[in-house]
Amino acid sequence: MTENSPVVSVTNLIKQFGRFAALRGVTAEFSGGKIYAILGDNGAGKTTLLRTLAGLSQPSSGAVTILGAKKFHDICQHVGYMAHPSLLYDEMSAMENLRYFARLYGISGGGISSGTRCGEVIRAVGLDPDLVRPVGQYSQGMKQRMSLARALLNDPKVLLLDEPFSNVDVHSANEMVQLLARIRDDGKTIFIVTHQAALLEKVADEFVWMEYGEIVERTRELKVESKA
Amino acid sequence: MSSPAGITRATLLKDLRLEWRSKDAINSMLFFSLLVVVVFSFSFDPSAEESRQIAGGLIWVAFLFAAVVALNQTWAREIRNQVLDAYRVSPAPANSLFLAKTLGNFIFVGVLEALMTPLFIIFYRLRSLGPIWQLGLVAVLGTWALVVNGTFFAAMSLRTRSREIMLPLLLFPISIPALLAMVQATTAVLVGEGARFWIVLLVTYDLVFTTVCLLLFETVLNAE
Repeated sequence: MTENSPVVSVTNLIKQFGRFAALRGVTAEFSGGKIYAILGDNGAGKTTLLRTLAGLSQPSSGAVTILGAKKFHDICQHVGYMAHPSLLYDEMSAMENLRYFARLYGISGGGISSGTRCGEVIRAVGLDPDLVRPVGQYSQGMKQRMSLARALLNDPKVLLLDEPFSNVDVHSANEMVQLLARIRDDGKTIFIVTHQAALLEKVADEFVWMEYGEIVERTRELKVESKA
Repeated sequence: MSSPAGITRATLLKDLRLEWRSKDAINSMLFFSLLVVVVFSFSFDPSAEESRQIAGGLIWVAFLFAAVVALNQTWAREIRNQVLDAYRVSPAPANSLFLAKTLGNFIFVGVLEALMTPLFIIFYRLRSLGPIWQLGLVAVLGTWALVVNGTFFAAMSLRTRSREIMLPLLLFPISIPALLAMVQATTAVLVGEGARFWIVLLVTYDLVFTTVCLLLFETVLNAE
């Protein structure tokens, strides 16, 4: 992979659910160190595109290349995925959750001392690693932050976020946006599926517009009608 | 990356911790099988000899139905908040998850059997005429037969709308050879006859189905 090669590229990506085509031949390249806001109406194919990039959904045809790799086992170490649900065990605390997921990625040292990865990511999202109550008792905003912490656990080069600001108050959402901007500045590539495009107006490097399973436009600025 | 055995261990410990906190599976299984023991003991009043003939069937049917409760719970935890997706996007092997879930269910059903068997013995005035260690062997092999298929089919029915109904529909027919071997082996030991054939059948069943489940589980896990 050369310095200028795209970090993520998709070629003629088609995803069929029975007779319904969620993705209709999506072809695009995305370079590194940027925030891409993926926008569009419900059913436009945003989440399907994200799940396909994450390896959760197999394309009916077409190819996904991330950091030059096409096989899931080569890709998954470098990708972090945050879904609309929390992807966390409600009955376990933040540290218990992260320690378990850290094992899946072969990350050792799940203790809460400052040097460990689990403690680092919990602090990075503005939570307290010493919090012992179960995640199920967290507020929605805290759950979203914890969900982001889990996605950051393996220090991914590509971060895929599906509706990270939903059910989060404006203050917390803005804090998350600033955090994502800092992560981008560290050289990560971030894809954010959202209906709250205005939140990303100042930090997104590109707005990717989807309609009926296709990318119809890519713009540097947020279109005026989307700001409302 | 962690070894597959390390991931299996971590997943098993996580499941045991979650069950210890919620006690969802154990409580439901205990309550259900306790009801079966009590209802059957009121329905029949067998002599000691009759008890030896029917106890194998009663015990294993009670454990089979009770196990379904635990098997449904196993994956219910993973689809709450779609946590299973967090496993799927990780580099952890699918079979580590399957083995951890199977071992977890084996422990839960084993605990149930350890608690319920003395009650069966008391209610049905059971006394084995054959060697007790053979009953232990049948219990281990039979329980593994139930949970290995049960864990697999519970994962298969995970994305169906009525998974509580789907699981018994898929599991019971395929468990018939194992159930037959478990009942016949238990009865043979209780009445003091040889159970070798049935034990060999159970071992073969366990080996075949464990291998098939391990080979197919990744496909089931990633099915959309």
